[in-house]
Amino acid sequence: MIYHAFLIKYAEIGIKGKNRGIFEEDLVNQIHIALKKCTGRFRIARTSGRIFVYCESEYDYDEVVGALRYVFGIVGICPVRIIDVVPVPELKKAAAEFFGSEYPDRHVTFKVQTRRLARNYPMDSMEVNAEIGEAILTSYPETKVDVHNPEVMLHVEIRERIYMYSHIIPGPGGLPVGSAGKGMLLLSGGIDSPVAGWMCSKRGLKLDATYFNAPPYTSERALQKVVDLAKLVSRYSGPIYLHNINFTKIQLYIYEKCPHDELTIIMRRYMMRIAEIIAKRTGSDALITGESIGQVASQTTRSLGVTNAVCTLPVFRPLIAFDKEDIVTLSKKIGTYDTSILPYEDCCTIFVAKHPVTKPVLSVIERHERNLTEKIDEMVEEALATDEILVVDVSGVRCIKHREDPLKEGM
Amino acid sequence: MSELNEREVYLDNSATTPCFPEVVELMNRIFLQEYGNPSSLHHKGVEAEKRIREAKETFAQILKCRTDNIYFTSCGTESDNIALIGGALANERQGKHLITTQIEHAAVSESMRYLESQGFEVTYLPVDRYGRVDPESVRDAVRDDTILVSVMHMNNEIGALEPIEEIGRIIKEKNPKTLFHVDAVQSFGKAVIHPQKMHIDFLAASGHKFHSPKGVGLLYVGDGVKVKNILFGGGQQRGLRSGTENVPGIAGMALAAKMIYSHLDENLDRLYAMKQSFIDRVTKIEGVHVNGPTGRESAPHVISLSIEGVRAEVLLHALEEKKIYVSAGSACSSNRPHVSTTLVATGTPREFLDSTIRISTSELTKEEDLEYAADALEEIVPFLRRYTRR
Repeated sequence: MIYHAFLIKYAEIGIKGKNRGIFEEDLVNQIHIALKKCTGRFRIARTSGRIFVYCESEYDYDEVVGALRYVFGIVGICPVRIIDVVPVPELKKAAAEFFGSEYPDRHVTFKVQTRRLARNYPMDSMEVNAEIGEAILTSYPETKVDVHNPEVMLHVEIRERIYMYSHIIPGPGGLPVGSAGKGMLLLSGGIDSPVAGWMCSKRGLKLDATYFNAPPYTSERALQKVVDLAKLVSRYSGPIYLHNINFTKIQLYIYEKCPHDELTIIMRRYMMRIAEIIAKRTGSDALITGESIGQVASQTTRSLGVTNAVCTLPVFRPLIAFDKEDIVTLSKKIGTYDTSILPYEDCCTIFVAKHPVTKPVLSVIERHERNLTEKIDEMVEEALATDEILVVDVSGVRCIKHREDPLKEGM
Repeated sequence: MSELNEREVYLDNSATTPCFPEVVELMNRIFLQEYGNPSSLHHKGVEAEKRIREAKETFAQILKCRTDNIYFTSCGTESDNIALIGGALANERQGKHLITTQIEHAAVSESMRYLESQGFEVTYLPVDRYGRVDPESVRDAVRDDTILVSVMHMNNEIGALEPIEEIGRIIKEKNPKTLFHVDAVQSFGKAVIHPQKMHIDFLAASGHKFHSPKGVGLLYVGDGVKVKNILFGGGQQRGLRSGTENVPGIAGMALAAKMIYSHLDENLDRLYAMKQSFIDRVTKIEGVHVNGPTGRESAPHVISLSIEGVRAEVLLHALEEKKIYVSAGSACSSNRPHVSTTLVATGTPREFLDSTIRISTSELTKEEDLEYAADALEEIVPFLRRYTRR
C-alpha cells in the first residue's frame, strides 16, 4: 500500500462554531455513503479537527479518490503514508523516500512542515523540519528549499504514529449534503435546472425533484431524459426522490380559459403551487429553480415576481445572475450538458405563444386566473394524485409509488 | 377499464414485427438442444450445419436461385453494406461510378456517402411525387464506368413500389457489366422476388421485418458476381461473411419466410384490401392526406398520412395513450429537426413534414385493428387541432 489513509480537508465547516460538530458528522456520513460503493474496508475517524479515512484493506486508489471527489464539503483530499514512530535517523530516511516517490521529477522547491502532537518525541518540530529537509537535499540534489514560497510542502505529523503527506487533490468544496436541510427542485429536461440543483446541493441541501410531463405532448423518452439528469446530479447529491406529475389537463384548461400570451406565466404559477404542496408534504424547506433574469419571457424581473407571488416557501434561484454561457460551462463540468441537449419536448415549450407577456401585472394575472375557478382546484388535486415517485441514484431507478397507488404518509 | 382500452394495436410493422410463435418455438429448441457450432466436426456441429443448409434451401426456393447464392448476415444494414462496399471495392477497376436514388434507407445512402469519401462518384436519382424512379432516368445515368446501381424495392416511409424488373433490364441493356443491388428489406415477404428474372445481382433482406428475430439478415449474391468481404475472420460462408453463424436466428428466419410465402397471394389480397378501406375512411377526416401511391402499385403494408394542423409526434403519443403504435414520418422536435429525405424528395409540402405519420401493417394485423385506429384518428385529430400554438 502506498497510502494508508486520506486526510480530508474541509474549509467552511471548520469555522461554524458550536455547529461544527454537527457539520462534521454530516460530512463523515456522506463520506461513508460514498465509500460504500468502493472495494475495500475503510474506517473514518474525527481527531483533533481532522477527518481521516483509514484504509484497512487493499483498495483501488483511483476508485476511492474518484468517489471522494463527489462529496460536497471536502475541499481537499491528501493521500497519507503512515509509519510507526521511529527515531530521527530512520524518519529522515523514510521521509526522503516518500518525497522521492511523490515527486519523481524532483525539480521542485519545497518546505517541510512538521506538527509534533506527541510531545514525548525527542526533537521539536523545527528541528525535525531541518533534519528532514537536509535528508531530502542530500538524496535529491536537484531539489531546493524555499521556506517562503515553496512549490510543494511535505507535511509530517508526529502522533501515535507518523503521518506524511504532500499532495492535495481538490474536492468539490461546499457543505455536506443534508447539513442545510432539503429542497424541492423543479426539474425540467433543460440545461439550467440540473445545474441549479447541483449548486444548491453543494450548499448542503438534500434534493428532491418535481417534473411535469404532459402526454401526449411529451413522450416517455422525455421522462427518461429527466431521470438520466437526476441520476447525474445524484452522483453529488445522493438519492433524489423524483415526483413525476401529469400536467396535461391543467395546461389544456389554462389554454382554453386564459389569454394565450399569459399561458406560460400562469402555467409556471401552477407548477410552483404544485411543487410547493409536494415540498411541504415531504419536508422540503425551499423550492429550487433554474431561472435566470431575462433568459425567456417568463424569467423577466416582473415575470419572476408574478411567479414568486404564489410561493410561501423561499425560492432558491442560484443561476439568477448567470449568463447562459456560464451555465453551460457549469453543466459541462457537472456532466449534465450532453443529456440536457438531447432533443425531446418538455411541456414548457409546447404551447408557447408567439409573443408571451414580458411585463405581466400581478393583479391582471390573478384576475385572469379567476377564469379557472370552476375546475382548477379539482385539477390540481387530480394532478397531485398522478404523482409517480421514482427514487433515482447512481445505481439506478426504483419506483416507490406508481400513478395508481394511493399516497402514503411521508411520500 | 373497458375491454376496448386494454386492446393493443401495433401498426409499426415497417419498424419491426413480432415473431411468429412457431419461430420462437423452433429457435428455443435450437438454443437449448441444437446449440452446436456449425463449424464443429462432431455431431452437434453437423446438426447445426444442417439447419443452415435447410435454411439456404428454403431461401433458394423462394428466390428461385441456388443455395450458393444465399448468405446470412446480422441485419439488413450489414447486407446492404456488404453489397455496396464489398461490391464497389471488388469492381473498382472497371470504374468508380455508382447510382442510387434520393429515397434510400440510411443503410444504403450512408454507405454511398462513405464510398464518395473513398473516391467513388455517386449519382442520386430523383423520384416523382409518388416516390417512383423513372426507369428512363436510370438509362440516362448508367455509363461505361458505372459499376453498381442500388434501388430499394419498397420504400419504408411512403410505400413506393419501384419498377425493379424494368430498371434491372434497362441497366443490363445499357451496360451488362453494371451490377444491380436491391434493398428488399421492406418487400421481402410482401412480394414475389425473382432475382434472376429481375436482373438483380445483390439483394438484402432483414429477418425482423418478417416475423423472425432481430439480429439476422439475408444477402443474395448472383452467380459470378465479384464482391469483397468487409469482415475478416474464420472464413465462414465462403469467406464473404466470417463469424459463427447465428443458427437459431437463421433457422427462425427461414421458417418465417416459408410460412409467409406459402400463402403470399391470399395475404397480399387481404393487406391491399385493408389498406384501401382504411384510406377510404381516414381521408374523409378533414385535412387528412395520403402520401405516396395506393393500390397494387404500392407497398401493401405502408400507409403515410399527413394531417393538417397536427404535429405528428403529438398524434403519435395520443394514439399511444390508446395503445395504438404508429411512427412519425419525420421526427421533428423543437431543437433538432430531423427531416425525412423521402418526404422532401417526393415534394411533400413543408407544413406537412412535421405532420406525417406512418401506419404499417403485417399479416398479423386484423381488419378491426385498422378500424379501431381509424376510430381513434377521427376522435383525436379534431381534439388536437383545438390546442395548437397560436
